[in-house]
Amino acid sequence: MPAVSETIETVQSVTEGAYKWGFHTDIEMDYAPKGLNEDIVRFISAKKDEPQWLLDWRLKAYRMWLKMEEPRWPAVSYPPIDYQDAYYYAAPTKPAPKSLADVDPELLRTYEKLGIPLKEQAWLAGVQPDEGEERERLPIAVDAVFDSVSVATTFKDRLAKEGIIFCSISEAVHNHPELVRQYLGTVVPQGDNFYAALNSAVFTDGSFVYIPKGVRCPMELSTYFRINAKSTGQFERTLIIAEEGSHVSYLEGCTAPMRDENQLHAAVVELVAMDDATIKYSTVQNWYPGDAEGRGGIYNFVTKRAHCRGARSKVSWTQVETGSAITWKYPSCVLLGDDSVGEFYSVAITNNRQQADTGTKMIHVGKRTRSTIVSKGISAGRGQNTYRGLVKVAPAASNARNFTQCDSLLIGDQCGAHTVPYIENRCMTAKTEHEATTSRIAEDQLFYCRQRGLSEEDAVGLIVNGFCREVLKELPMEFAVEAQKLLQISLEGSVG
Amino acid sequence: MLKIEGLTAEIDGKAILNGIDLEVPTGELHAVMGPNGSGKSTLSYVLAGREGYEVTGGSATFDGQDLLAMEPEERAAAGLFLAFQYPVELPGVGNANFLRTALNALRRSKGEPELDAMQFLKVARERMRALSMPDDMLKRGVNVGFSGGEKKRNEVLQMALLGPRMAVLDETDSGLDIDALKIVADGVNAMRGPAFSALVITHYQRLLDYIVPDRVHVLVGGRIVKSGGPELAKALEASGYASVQAAA
Repeated sequence: MPAVSETIETVQSVTEGAYKWGFHTDIEMDYAPKGLNEDIVRFISAKKDEPQWLLDWRLKAYRMWLKMEEPRWPAVSYPPIDYQDAYYYAAPTKPAPKSLADVDPELLRTYEKLGIPLKEQAWLAGVQPDEGEERERLPIAVDAVFDSVSVATTFKDRLAKEGIIFCSISEAVHNHPELVRQYLGTVVPQGDNFYAALNSAVFTDGSFVYIPKGVRCPMELSTYFRINAKSTGQFERTLIIAEEGSHVSYLEGCTAPMRDENQLHAAVVELVAMDDATIKYSTVQNWYPGDAEGRGGIYNFVTKRAHCRGARSKVSWTQVETGSAITWKYPSCVLLGDDSVGEFYSVAITNNRQQADTGTKMIHVGKRTRSTIVSKGISAGRGQNTYRGLVKVAPAASNARNFTQCDSLLIGDQCGAHTVPYIENRCMTAKTEHEATTSRIAEDQLFYCRQRGLSEEDAVGLIVNGFCREVLKELPMEFAVEAQKLLQISLEGSVG
Repeated sequence: MLKIEGLTAEIDGKAILNGIDLEVPTGELHAVMGPNGSGKSTLSYVLAGREGYEVTGGSATFDGQDLLAMEPEERAAAGLFLAFQYPVELPGVGNANFLRTALNALRRSKGEPELDAMQFLKVARERMRALSMPDDMLKRGVNVGFSGGEKKRNEVLQMALLGPRMAVLDETDSGLDIDALKIVADGVNAMRGPAFSALVITHYQRLLDYIVPDRVHVLVGGRIVKSGGPELAKALEASGYASVQAAA
């Protein structure tokens, strides 16, 4: 159909310019020598003034990594990665700031440019929003990670009043070693997979969250990751622990400058939810996707997993993946506690030459555990989008339930959508359901919208947002709006 | 207002319209009647600019503007509205969001300020009450899970909200029971006035009992074979299309 071919052009005409976060900040950096070996691992550990046990832990991971191989099963292709040709540590030279006032203004400007609020003074001083503002915006506590280090964390004191710990993981290693030691690597062990092992050896920073028993976190917590330096990888490690009856909503966002080279981002996120605890983890992933020909972009090879250890605990993953050249990521839930609940809501867009192999794993161990998976894949240009998911029910997980829905939307005729669901059910009383659809933006839908006066671009945006609605509504309000805009920008082009 | 001269069009190389001459002056409502396959829907799509409908000759102007040179959204902005025979479903897109986006797109093109959500809801609710539509129609996905009658009423609601200068109604009566037919007819009649024109395309005379046209044209084999006053529709009902076909 001619209208469809026009849409393809629309989508193909997306240029580098469409990525609005591609700038680079000039700031003096401290690097580790290029390459990876035991000395680099020691160097990172020493830089961070870590205790011996953590260095040993890293070295063990490094030795495991040496014997491991990159996973070859994902439906993505890329040239071999030279792990010796990258920097594993890059940090602004200035010493770690004690407070926001000490943060390098250049860094503050960078985050301001990205729309990330790193100001808390107004809130701390009790300044109320001006009258006439639509509504009071709730404060959001932010941990800002710049290349290898956390440069600022806001609202720490306010949170500390509730007994909540929200800080960089390096800080937690020093101030709360017993907690870090107790939980680190218990959800994603060092040898879990190739990238998790690499991360365990060289992880540099990330966020640490601890919510004490019975506490409902009074604000959204968020970490904002920024890769800035050239030829560096980013290896952050996030650990969130929600004690009995606690509740937390956490959001991460990420961007990177536009570069011709591919940069590796191999993060590990571990979540632990005890009895009746709820963790809501939302991601708006907007790493640089590379240009229209597939030059540059981030390799996003990430391991995210939650342990629902307690009875009636609940973990909900929501992700909107619009960036990265390649995404390899399966946020998972191990449902150990009886009546625990795991949820996965995902939107993944691949445009131009982007590739995504993403999905989830729901492992049912406890009785009456329930999981819901809603995955929306959108492929445009020459993008390749694979949903890969595993639903596993152990013999003891009586009356476990799973519902999976995978929908794919194709824009144009050079892209691909693939659905690879694995279901392993070893329990007679468990029920699993799987629904999958693949559709195109139909010519009649576009014509209908245009007849009502919408431009073709707005029509595509409207239809795509409609397609993703079930997932977007899971995001915290303010981020949902941001995500909607992001979806539109990801598919933006010039019409006529 | 709308002036069509010698219009010919084809789909996939097959000629469907074979030289249409038709003029609808401002403020008038004309009916186009014809048997199945006579080119009724093709005419409406060609006027609205749907791709795949190749114009091979002739002209169509709207207030003197060359309609055929415009993009579909430009035609909408100029004030042309097509009520679809089969309204399209847009899953996940809220009806309110869709209507407001469309209305604001038209307002932008006219240099008028856009309506925010509250202003829009106020206007929309008023129109809906006039069309006996329940408020929850705004919350539902565009046409998703709507009955045939609801879809057609939704088309009329859109027309009422967007306030076009000319509406083409493509078999809006098909699949409607008598109550729904009356509601739709009331919606169209409410629009009538010196600044509004309409082209009502229908297979049956029934609709014209409720929407009385100024002129009736009979479309057979991609040509207007006969034109007359409202009485022509009644005569057709009695004698059938075969009589005009034979005459043509």
